[in-house]
Amino acid sequence: MMAGRSIRPLRHATFTAGLTITVLLLATAATSLVYTPRDPLEMSITGRLQGPSAANPLGTDQFGRDLLSRVMRGAVTSILVGVIAVGIGMGVGVTLGMLSGYFGGWLDEAFMRVMDAVQGFPAILSALLMSAVFRPSLTISMIAIGVAFLPVFARLTRGSFLELRDREFVQAARALGAGDAALIGRHILPNTLSPLIVQATISFPVAILAEAALSYLGLGTQPPHPSWGLMLKEAQAFLSLNPWYAIFPGTAIALTVLGLNLLGDGLRDLLDPKLAS
Amino acid sequence: MRRYILRRVAALVATLFCVSVLVFVVVRVLPGDPALIIMGTEASPEAAARLREAMGLDRPIPVQYLEWVGQALRGDLGRSIQYDVPVASLIVSRLSVSLPLTLMAALVMALLAIPCGVFAATHHRRWGDYLAMVLSQIGIAVPGFWAGLLLILLFSVRLGWFQSGGFDGWSQGVWPALKALLLPAVALGLFQFAVLARTTRSAVLEVLREEYVKTARAKGAAERSVLFRHTLRNAMIPIVTVAGIQLGQLMAGSIVLESVFYLPGLGRLALGAISARDLPVVQGVVLFVASLIVVINVAVDVLYGLLDPRIRYN
Repeated sequence: MMAGRSIRPLRHATFTAGLTITVLLLATAATSLVYTPRDPLEMSITGRLQGPSAANPLGTDQFGRDLLSRVMRGAVTSILVGVIAVGIGMGVGVTLGMLSGYFGGWLDEAFMRVMDAVQGFPAILSALLMSAVFRPSLTISMIAIGVAFLPVFARLTRGSFLELRDREFVQAARALGAGDAALIGRHILPNTLSPLIVQATISFPVAILAEAALSYLGLGTQPPHPSWGLMLKEAQAFLSLNPWYAIFPGTAIALTVLGLNLLGDGLRDLLDPKLAS
Repeated sequence: MRRYILRRVAALVATLFCVSVLVFVVVRVLPGDPALIIMGTEASPEAAARLREAMGLDRPIPVQYLEWVGQALRGDLGRSIQYDVPVASLIVSRLSVSLPLTLMAALVMALLAIPCGVFAATHHRRWGDYLAMVLSQIGIAVPGFWAGLLLILLFSVRLGWFQSGGFDGWSQGVWPALKALLLPAVALGLFQFAVLARTTRSAVLEVLREEYVKTARAKGAAERSVLFRHTLRNAMIPIVTVAGIQLGQLMAGSIVLESVFYLPGLGRLALGAISARDLPVVQGVVLFVASLIVVINVAVDVLYGLLDPRIRYN
């Protein structure tokens, strides 16, 4: 990809900063699964809505639960939703895009109209609709966010397939007797991966923001499970009593998204030879 | 040109058809029995049967779809179960909050983002550029609803300059209404500001590298005229495109911000309808907003073709 020029990713300041924050996020989430300072669900009647202190470094919520422990565990929810939502969007989107770009014709036309329509459904709209029909839940929020990613993955894949399907190496493989499945899976798809990886990296923080917003509206993670968005929803009722309650979970979201965005920007610079030169 | 527009309009009709099918499938087909969702599982079989008949659920699904779409096209989105008024009139009355909020956010976004992006581009790789880019990184990372909470914390709880939410309607005067929408509009526009500032910066940077800009400079044009007459005019194409797409995203985002500031708009209407099992309202709002976003996207596409002749000949 970058013949004759060595890349040193860690020299790239944006990439390094993003990577550092992301590694810290993953470490926090992993740690929280085996250790949190307190039980994130343990309530305490006497210590409600406290500001930061030695016992509770980030303070406590309206049930006296330790905010640091809850913010730590909230990272797991965010990562989980991010990974699954992007997985849904990428899995289905890439499949549709491959079929569209490879076969073309009326199939392509139909798929693209559906993708135009899906573009009219940001995560919030699908979540509203599905929550009205079923009950609001974490699963619905993941599906709603994933659906919102379909068009971008489908278009990206379709574009690459349109560009590659008549190239010589594909024609050569076809002449040697490769079937459609082999051409798609073994010859074309591997060549479309780097923009897809970049897109997945860019989508991940968007998914985390969407999860936070949906949980804030009560359409995502349900209580008592810790989710940054849900914590902010609860914090709003106590803004004047304990402002810290509204500050720490929000900071966690912003830092996470910042780190992932920097990582995505850095990765794009490093993987895209057109921009790097 | 006419052929280009006609093609886009034909695609728009097909896309709107897909939108309506998607909404219909989620509401009428996926759940099995919408009557039970509205009435709850403990409803008596007779009552459920009456509702099914009233909603036309006893007929074949394609017939149900055609009837539903036919009514929607005539502006009939059904009746709200909770308020017992037509859904369409509820949507129209709530639009008087959601629409001004979206437009104000778009205005805040464009007024800040375009100068900020131009400044960054003209100060490429200097402190002004870095400052603008740091600001936009923060804007992209901060969730809108949290920005709203922070604005309430600062301007309502601490300083007491603004009310912390609520909206008394336009009958109380234009200024109080605009003031009630200002903080939500700023919080809503923040993310899109950051996106648009980055778009503007890269669009202007790209044009500044063009030969004709060098030519303009070489023949001695003033820097001001190079910037406004030669650069900005050409950079406007990607800027307008991105801003147009953002309009749809702002519309969706306003649903969240209405909740933060307790504004009686479309989003709060739909959210309230979920707990009240008022399926026709949710269905109507989602169909309306999704169609609006699709129409905006196509309008942007057409505008893009008008602004840039290279696109429509492709």
